[in-house]
Amino acid sequence: MLDMSGFPLELSGENTPMVSFRKVRKSYGTLTVLDDLDLDINAGEMVSIIGPSGSGKTTVLRMLMTLEQINSGVIYVDGKPLTHMPKGGQLVPANERHLHSRRSDIGMCFQHFNLFPHMTALENCMEGPVQVLGLSKAEARDRSEELLELVGMIAKKDQHPSRLSGGQQQRVAIARALAMRPKVMLFDEVTSALDPEVIGEVTNVIRGLVSEHNLTMLMVTHQMGFARDISDRICFFYGGKIEEQGHPSELFGNPQRERTQQFLSAVREAV
Amino acid sequence: MNIFDFVAQYWPRLLAGTGMTVAQFFLATLLGVTVALVMGLMKLSPNRLVRATAVTYIEIFRGTSLLVQLYWIFFVLPLFGVSIDKFTAGYVAVGMNIGAYGAELVRGGILSVPKGQWEAALAINMSPAQRMRRVILPQALVNMLPPWGNLMIELLKGTALVSLISVADLMFETKQINGSTFLSAQAFGAALVTYYILARFMVTPFMRWLEAYMARKMGRA
Ligand SMILES: Nc1ncnc2c1ncn2[C@@H]1O[C@H](COP(=O)(O)OP(=O)(O)OP(=O)(O)O)[C@@H](O)[C@H]1O
Ligand SMILES: [Mg+2]
Repeated sequence: MLDMSGFPLELSGENTPMVSFRKVRKSYGTLTVLDDLDLDINAGEMVSIIGPSGSGKTTVLRMLMTLEQINSGVIYVDGKPLTHMPKGGQLVPANERHLHSRRSDIGMCFQHFNLFPHMTALENCMEGPVQVLGLSKAEARDRSEELLELVGMIAKKDQHPSRLSGGQQQRVAIARALAMRPKVMLFDEVTSALDPEVIGEVTNVIRGLVSEHNLTMLMVTHQMGFARDISDRICFFYGGKIEEQGHPSELFGNPQRERTQQFLSAVREAV
Repeated sequence: MNIFDFVAQYWPRLLAGTGMTVAQFFLATLLGVTVALVMGLMKLSPNRLVRATAVTYIEIFRGTSLLVQLYWIFFVLPLFGVSIDKFTAGYVAVGMNIGAYGAELVRGGILSVPKGQWEAALAINMSPAQRMRRVILPQALVNMLPPWGNLMIELLKGTALVSLISVADLMFETKQINGSTFLSAQAFGAALVTYYILARFMVTPFMRWLEAYMARKMGRA
């Protein structure tokens, strides 16, 4: 039995972060992917994660989405434990029911969109609200159409994903995630599978979310310029740890750590 | 007697037999699809006992002859106090047998759905049952329709065995007519053609239609 005494049952207080990773460890066999990660994200904050391939960026998002179990540590969302639940005054690993109740705070967009191919754009967006939140069809349709409007996809609402370009599919995927009204949105390289000329239509949607909505967002990206533009904070990951983090102007303009400098100059050369 | 005269004379019995064959086919299909779905899902269960049950079922029904299974259900089960009339025994045996083959198709179809679909369904907080029913199965179904088409043809041909427990299907009527008239070429010729017509002009076109329909639903057409 792991000693969980260092982890409170709940986080409270004025500055409780929206997301809090506390000593989170994740390994696959002997490979340690995340090494006692501590990361707090404040409500309404936009944090971008950058770093070399294999540094654990995607893993951070997947654990927060509960697609992956952690080996030790605790993740809190909105002050309440996500990966664990209180039992007898202690935290124990969450069961499926607890996960189901807490997962609704989090939405995620994937690199390869993962839209449901047998549903139209509108049906993709309505599926969660109707099936999971129990909204009526009419309510779900109103909400979904509003969001498809927001991402500029209302004209294509009755199309199946196979009829949409990558950029269009990704915008529908963003609307689908938002339709669940999450508090935290996760974006995992949402532009990496797109043709260069349509990247802008997706980044513009995310830009809009940052400026007009009070969402907490965590984004993994290889687009340094975009991350610099819209983020409140950049985390540079290296070997399953945060090597350096800070305001974009500092991290990009004046990186302190050697590995950060090497990574950034390698990225610049590649452009 | 040429085959046309033969059909002209015996068509009522041939038609009645064909009707019985079609009925057996439909009921066996219904049962077979259900069994395939249940066994296919059980084979993917995280529970070892559930998986083992499905594997055992599939092994038994694929590893032994349909005819022996039919005889078991009709002649042996009554010895254990379970009596089933021949009509039911017929389609149950064929359906359970085809279900064992179909289970593998269901399993393969489910596994062929990309992992990202599971993850996207989980990301909108669908329960495991909702993920399966609303997201995975519809896509799995589309992927497994072509091999199901072949299985349906096998099933249709398999129904001829029910004549051996005296279900009055097309094969049974044909044998009866042959037995009383000795017009073997005409009788079995008519049966041959009828089975072929059922398979090629009814089952196959229906499966093609179903594939096209599903493709439309997926927005592929
Ligand atoms: N299911 C898994 N089984 C085993 N190893 C895994 C698994 N998923 C990820 N890994 C390993 O964990 C490490 C971190 O993976 P992760 O996907 O988080 O990297 P990343 O920073 O997102 O990289 P990239 O920029 O290439 O997407 C990698 O070494 C990867 O090979
Ligand atoms: Mg990644």
